[in-house]
Amino acid sequence: MAADTPSAFDPQRFSRLGVGGHGGLLKLSYHSHGPDWVELQLPYQTDLIGDPASGVLASGPILTMMDMATSLAVWTKLGAFRPHATLDLRIDYLRPATPGKTVYGRGECYRITRSISFVRGQAHDGDPADPLAHVAGTFMFTDAA
Amino acid sequence: MLPPYADLLGIAVAEGDDPTLLTMPSATSLLGRPGYLHGGAIGGMLEMAAIVALQYALAEDGGGQIKPINVTVDYMRGGREKPTFARGVVTRLGGRVANVEATAWQDDPAKPIAAARMNYLIVRG
Repeated sequence: MAADTPSAFDPQRFSRLGVGGHGGLLKLSYHSHGPDWVELQLPYQTDLIGDPASGVLASGPILTMMDMATSLAVWTKLGAFRPHATLDLRIDYLRPATPGKTVYGRGECYRITRSISFVRGQAHDGDPADPLAHVAGTFMFTDAA
Repeated sequence: MLPPYADLLGIAVAEGDDPTLLTMPSATSLLGRPGYLHGGAIGGMLEMAAIVALQYALAEDGGGQIKPINVTVDYMRGGREKPTFARGVVTRLGGRVANVEATAWQDDPAKPIAAARMNYLIVRG
């Protein structure tokens, strides 16, 4: 899916560059983006299970995806890469992810100030109207403002 | 005892007397930006530490199932390429809800790299 407004920052290209780190371990990949949001996808994998009895994914991989999607959303809205660090991230687990299904995480940046970016997002496993997690967080730019 | 996700990250119970103290070795597959641990890996470890602490507390209190309601993670310092430790503390274990805190550190427990607060729903047997 193409962005409505072209941004100098390309989250699809940036996501490919970053496959060697923790995102690569979880097989996280780019799905789509818009002017101030980025959606990533996390395929279901048995080695990401948190509850062996039910086969439900651990919450950690979803937290990682939302951290990454919201981080990419900041740079996409900004139109450039700028180093920053997660200050805080809160996740509400609305329901368990369905075993076997790919989870999609959409992060949105709704405000950028001199040193802080404010983000929110949701994760779902096929139907955006039936989200499984909701997140809110902040990032702080780590270069001199 | 720890789930597949913990194994993937290399999270294990630390040697010693405390079965709720977890360790995670340094690995390039845990990095976000070069030289620093991914916030998601740290958050995932904090959640694991909280679950372990809660399972111990619950086992001594009649047992039951736990379901995560939410987590809030505060990142205080960048995690570097060295072993990370984490421990959960059950602040309150009620009939239906548990409040759990977890802290992660590297060199010095007094200098945490991140901390989390979690609410869990308890389903008593």
